[in-house]
Amino acid sequence: MASTFDTVAGIIAETSDVPLDRITPHSHVMKDLEVDSLSFLDITFEIDQTFGIKLPVEDWMGRVNEGKESGDEYFVIGNLCTQIDALRAAAVAQ
Amino acid sequence: MRLETFQMLDRIETLDRKGQTLTALSHVPRSSPVFDGHFPGHPIMPGVLLLETMAQAAGYLLMALNDFSRMPFFAAAKTANFRAFVEPGALLKVHAECVHLGSGYAVMSTSLACRGRRVSDARLTMRTVAFPSPALEKHVIREGRRLGMLESGTVY
Repeated sequence: MASTFDTVAGIIAETSDVPLDRITPHSHVMKDLEVDSLSFLDITFEIDQTFGIKLPVEDWMGRVNEGKESGDEYFVIGNLCTQIDALRAAAVAQ
Repeated sequence: MRLETFQMLDRIETLDRKGQTLTALSHVPRSSPVFDGHFPGHPIMPGVLLLETMAQAAGYLLMALNDFSRMPFFAAAKTANFRAFVEPGALLKVHAECVHLGSGYAVMSTSLACRGRRVSDARLTMRTVAFPSPALEKHVIREGRRLGMLESGTVY
């Protein structure tokens, strides 16, 4: 079974034309991979559909804009995968 | 349909919040300056205006789903197909369905039919944000009422 990182990296590569070998767990989706906000919507949709979750991107952006969290917490791919795994676990627990 | 003010929908026919679908009617005007140029001797609705019609139906559906608390903006058309010419005077049935309601965005499936035949369809992404101005919020609520969103035939 593919890891969360492998799946997410595949989604980013396919939806944003970023070469797969550029994508690492330490890559920031926007700053390092230059994914724009519209492409990130596509990525979010594919992640939502693939994992059966709803990434709370609006909440995340709110927390970042209010200075409560760093964007790295959500948009560095390793951290994004951690968030996805937590949302999946919460969905299963329900 | 008033092309000059981009009021593409005339009436909401059905609104099903549970099923997340909406149907609306749009009557293409018999005459408009648009048809003078598109095209001389062969007047047809421009594809971009058909796309706008579908986007507006998608937008009103999303506003109904969020109780007019947020404004949908057209962000992307993943596919857009124009399968037949739409002529002046045509009565269009507009269908919108929410495929996925995400956080701050939605993916919508939309289509247009004329005399029972599908003439156009599109897969749209809409971004939903807080209303950027009170005037816009007032306007869309007024437009929602004009379209009969809260009248009979709707399902909540």
